[in-house]
Parts: sequence; C-alpha cells; structure tokens
Amino acid sequence: MATADITAPPREPGLGALLRRNRIDAAITAILLALYAIFIGVRPDVYTSFDIYRAFMTTLPYIGLLALAATFIVTLGEIDLSFPSVMGLSAWVYGTVFLASGSLGLGLLAALLAGAACGLVNGLIVTKIGVPSIVATIGTMFLWRGIVNVLAEGQGIPLVALRDSPLHPWVVGRLPGGIPMQFAWFLVAAAVLALIYRRHVFGSHVLFVGDNAASARMMGIPVDRVKIACFMLMGGAAALAGVVLVSEVTYFWATTGDGFLLPALAAVFIGGTSVFGGRGSIYGTFVGVLIIGSLEAGIVAMGIAGFWTQVIYGLMITVSVCIYALIMRRAG
Amino acid sequence: MTTGTPLVELRDVHVSFGRVHVLRGVSLAIRRGEVVALVGDNGAGKSTLIKVITGLHRPTRGELLIRGEPVRLRSVADARERGIETVYQERALADQQALWRNVFAGRELRTFLGFMDVRRQRAETERLLRTRMGFTSRAITVDSDVSSLSGGEKQGVAIARALHFEAELIILDEPTMGLSLKETDKVLDFVRRVAAEGRSVAIIDHNILHVHAVADRFVVLDRGQVAGVFEKPQISRDDLVAMMVSLHETGQMGGADGHR
Repeated sequence: MATADITAPPREPGLGALLRRNRIDAAITAILLALYAIFIGVRPDVYTSFDIYRAFMTTLPYIGLLALAATFIVTLGEIDLSFPSVMGLSAWVYGTVFLASGSLGLGLLAALLAGAACGLVNGLIVTKIGVPSIVATIGTMFLWRGIVNVLAEGQGIPLVALRDSPLHPWVVGRLPGGIPMQFAWFLVAAAVLALIYRRHVFGSHVLFVGDNAASARMMGIPVDRVKIACFMLMGGAAALAGVVLVSEVTYFWATTGDGFLLPALAAVFIGGTSVFGGRGSIYGTFVGVLIIGSLEAGIVAMGIAGFWTQVIYGLMITVSVCIYALIMRRAG
Repeated sequence: MTTGTPLVELRDVHVSFGRVHVLRGVSLAIRRGEVVALVGDNGAGKSTLIKVITGLHRPTRGELLIRGEPVRLRSVADARERGIETVYQERALADQQALWRNVFAGRELRTFLGFMDVRRQRAETERLLRTRMGFTSRAITVDSDVSSLSGGEKQGVAIARALHFEAELIILDEPTMGLSLKETDKVLDFVRRVAAEGRSVAIIDHNILHVHAVADRFVVLDRGQVAGVFEKPQISRDDLVAMMVSLHETGQMGGADGHR
C-alpha cells in the first residue's frame, strides 16, 4: 500500500452521525429544549418577553465562569470544594486594592493573582504532598474563608465608587439591547475554554491525565504541572466571578461566594462530564449552566412555590446523570 | 547480521538502590537490526536493565553508550530523543481517548499557540492504522476509543506508536502478556517486521517459547549478572528452557540474596 497519499479520513458526515458522536451533548440539549418548552407552554407571557433573559444574563455568568473552570478539574478526576472561598478572598482583595489605589484595573489584577495563588496552593497540596483533592480542598475551603473573615473582620465593604471607574462598564456595563457585559465575557470564556479543552495540547493532556495518570506519566506528560495548572485556572476563574459579582452589586460581603459550590458543580455534572475523569464537555457545562441558572426563576414564574425549587433541581440532576450512565453503559 | 558500532552498549553497569545491589557489572551490546531477548527469573534484573536504557534509572557505576558515545540519560524524553522507545507492559494508553490522541500523547503535533494539528494527527494515525497495525478488517477508525480494541490491538497501537517516532531501538516489556494465541502471533509477527526494517528490538518475556520464536540472541540474566549470551543457532528452545530451570533452582538454593 502506498503511504504518501493517505490523508485525514473525513468524519462521518450528517446530523445523525454528529449526534451519535456527541450523544451526551445531544441529550443535554434535548433536556434544555424540553425545559424551555414547558416554561413557554405554562407562562408564554414571561418567556416570550426578553426581560427574563436579560435577568438570566446578569446572574448566569457567576456560576458560568466557575462551572467552566470546574469542568477541567472534574475531567482530571479531581474536585475543588474551595472555589467559593477563593471567590470571597479574591473579591475582598479586589475591593480593598480598589479602595486603596482607586484603580479598578489594579484591583482586578490583584484579585486574579490572589485567586491563582490559592489555586497554586491547592494544586501543590494535591500533587506534591499527595492529599486527595476532596480532602485538601475541604481544608483550604475553611482556610480561605477564615482568612476573608479575619481580614474583613466579618464586615461588608461598600464599593459604590466602582461605578465611577472608566473600566466599570467594561466589566458589568450594558451592551445594546441591555445585554449585560458579563454575559459577553462568559460567552467569550466558554468559547476559548471549549477550544482549549478539545483542540489544545493542554486540553488533551487534561483528558489523558484524568483518564490514566500512570499512562500519561509514561508518555512524558507532566502530570503534576497539568494538575496544578487546572487548580490555578479554577482559582483565576473564581477570582473573575468574584470581581464580576462585586462589580455588579457594588458591595462586598464576607460571605461572597457562598452558595455557588453546588450549583456550579451541578452544572458540570448535568453537562455530562464524568466524575471518574477523562471525559467531559465544555458545551455540556455551558448548557448545564443555562439549565441550572434558569431553573429557579422558571419554577417561580410557573407559579410553583419557591420551596419546590430544590425538589426539581434534585430531580433534574439525578435524572440527567442516570441517563448519561445508561448511555455510557450502552456505548460499552 | 549487521556489524560495526553497536546501537546501544552497556559496559560494566552497576545499579544499587540503597544497599540492594540489583545489577552487578552487566556488559551488553545491542546491534542494529537484531532482536535481543532478555531472559531470567523474577528479580534477575531484567526490568532494571531496561530502565537504565530508557532513562528511568541511572547506573551507579559503569557506562551507557549510544551509537558509540557515552551518554547520561536524565529522563524518558532524553532516551526518546536518541531513538529509544519503550512499549511498557501496561501499554500506556488512555482508554476513553480516541486513537489519534493516544498516538501523539505527550508529543502532540502543534500549529500555533500550542493548539494541536488535529488534521495531521488524524492523518498520521490513519496511516499507522492501515499500514502498521493492519486494522483493515474491523470498523476501527482514528476516532475509535482505545477501550473498543482487543488486548492484541492495544499492543499493536502501542508498538505502532513507538515505530512512528523513528525509533531505532524498541524495547518491549512483556508484550504478549495476557494475549490470546492469535494475538500473540500478531505481536511476534510485528517484532519480526520491525527487525526486518533494520531497527533493533529488545524484548522481555516470561514465555521462552515466544522469545525463542523471534529473537536472534538471548541474554540470560541471573541475580544481576549476565549468566550467558547465546546466538540463536547455538541454543535450542529446550536447552534454553533447561538453563532457565537450572538457574531458577540454584537461585532458590542461593537463598535470600537471589530475589529482587
């Protein structure tokens, strides 16, 4: 057989083949569409108006940024429980540096450095000391939050002055049509991270390490460096989420970040990323964020009492992960 | 058999881990285009010897020469750069990843900013698939996950991957372990083809029959030393087996220091 004329074989064309290759992405999309069909069916007045989507676009990006980065951590077969605390610590750094310097840009930079530094510590504890990530990040979850409480003395910080910064509209301003700037950033982050996940050497290394760390090591992939980089990415994303949140509400609470842990991880798991590592999807996480982020408002708008929210949350998550487990079992 | 400078040569190599003296003055040459089998009981030092050549262990004493030049390998990557590839017993594949990712794991082809050249990786994998692995009969494509392959096919992928990077010496660590008879034949066939291309192979295998079928030369290790080197015509399969058995027995009688 001649070897020179063998070229890249085309993937099987057509929509059917595309769906078959990405069964889980297809399933999550179907779940989103079904959910919105119900919302629109029950409350067409609310769901055909743009207002509710504008509201979603304001609040989704916080969970969104966290969930996108957490997808890399979960793909490694690791977990990070400390990111809400990192978000709080970075938000404090952001507010404090801003008030001290009057510069939003400097505050943002300092917050990112603080977030990445927290991630570096998490990564070093996991890789160099060998503490399992679920244990290590329970420890640092308390540690970072404790540091925030000590530094802020449990107090909030009013940050209304942020609105006067020329950079403020770049962070949380409104685009034409009232689309919040943070939603645009979230879209950009999702697109860039999806490319990295699927097409960059780093993404490929994350998948390989999560699939089989021993093999990755034998193939010369720097396993520890890949893991540390993912924890730093998580820390940086938590810092960004903190910066965006504080900039939107112009107030820092010592509890900033609390309550984001489970929704963000739920979005990752609904999106079909495997807790065993080695398999996942940024697209799935993106759709998972849309679902998790619009569920509560949707339930309330449908006239169901707010305390049903958790039941429906729970059902959504449990049913979707069961569907994925069945899909994967069938795929063998 | 080719002559001239050996591809890889060990001169009086010692390796100790703390007080345990695993290799005690091993000298050995691997020539171009030959298949060398390393045989010996568990703990004879086969794996340690292999790891010296692949850059995982450094000799405590003695010299390693590649193409006649003394070298100090610091890592697996170092050895690879010099054309030495290892196919590990565990095969070093990731089950849930596509073949095109597995073949290039750790040395991806890049375009810009560290992005992978996916098109070329798929094309090269396709070429390997069709020409090296001979996966023409089944519905295996470059996008197939490794988990959909049989044990023999996985071994084929691991060996083909080693070949792709222009290795001059391929080290196979227990390549037929856990394979069916038919798959074993395939792997042994592979070894013969590699040697026919003028590349060298060093093979460790517990199964003397498999080794005897493909090797040109046998290096018998016993408790960290070379107990004998035999060209294939000099030694029959039965003699080789008999020798292994007798070494095993003296090793047992030799007592505690025989095992590691």
